[in-house]
Amino acid sequence: MSPTVVSASWLPAAVATAEGGEGGFQTPGVANFWWPVVPFDGTGPWVLTRPALVLLISVGLLAWFYLGATRKLSVVPTKSQFLVEGSYNFVRNTIGRDIIGSKDFLQFVPLLMTLFTLILVNNVFGIVPFIQFPTMSRLGIPLVLTVIVYITYHTVAIRRKHGVLPYFKSLVPPGLPGWLKPILFALEFLTYFVIRPLTLALRLFGNMLAGHLMLLVFILGGEYLLLHGDNLFLNASGVLSFVFSIAMTFFELLIEFLQAFIFTLLAALYISDAVSEHH
Amino acid sequence: MYGSIAYLGYGLAAIGPGIGVGLIFAAYINGVARQPEARGMLQTIAFTGMAITEALAILGLVFAFVFQGTNPN
Repeated sequence: MSPTVVSASWLPAAVATAEGGEGGFQTPGVANFWWPVVPFDGTGPWVLTRPALVLLISVGLLAWFYLGATRKLSVVPTKSQFLVEGSYNFVRNTIGRDIIGSKDFLQFVPLLMTLFTLILVNNVFGIVPFIQFPTMSRLGIPLVLTVIVYITYHTVAIRRKHGVLPYFKSLVPPGLPGWLKPILFALEFLTYFVIRPLTLALRLFGNMLAGHLMLLVFILGGEYLLLHGDNLFLNASGVLSFVFSIAMTFFELLIEFLQAFIFTLLAALYISDAVSEHH
Repeated sequence: MYGSIAYLGYGLAAIGPGIGVGLIFAAYINGVARQPEARGMLQTIAFTGMAITEALAILGLVFAFVFQGTNPN
């Protein structure tokens, strides 16, 4: 995944692998996810990549849709208003109220709503024709979202427990024997400060990367079997691979929705841990 | 013929989380079948448990990419 090597030839990696015919089939890999669009200074890391472009498009699309749909609100909802209300209700009630609790969930709903819609649109872009790039398959983007969640839940917890030291003290449940306390504190500290943010970012990233890679394998492999296969059996299995890739695309749609849901759910869960008085 | 044994390791590492996710959803289906009105609450618990179990598999996937080693040829 060395960016300099791939970006030296300005061909997008997927095209290069599909057309590099002489050396036989080249399996799609992590290099396929490096897509520079506008190089700012030639070879360095400062380029506008395809995921960045898709992210900008998704933000514009979300702003346009939500601002446009909420401008003229009516008692009998139109189609777009129904969609807006449905998504908001889902995040507000299923994720926000049920997990954080009805007392102080309302202040976190904007964050959860933003996370959910942004991740959902970006994930679904992975299978929308002509865009077809899951933005979250570049680790940097889910990492930024995770940093936002991380800062939020720690800030809330420190405010609720009135200081950093009481917060650390509250990590260990009361009523434990003294020798167990340091061990449990180390474990809880690792969970709250390292494992939770790490898995939150890596889960979204890994799912999107693996899903898109699987589609690439089926489609590029099917193309190679169909067009470059030696006998009829290989060509037929190429067709089968295409059919399977269509089925996998629908499976991807499910995974994409599920991952957006899970990311928001876990963010809400961490926040609810922070706002709860007892731990 | 050469390759990275890290992918083989990932395949082995995915067995555990696979079984775990299966057990979680089996319990979820059991629970909903016995008490359909508890569906909403169980759903949240099931997905949270799935997310935590799945984290192991995701870590394995990332480590398989990270520790690929170098091609000796």
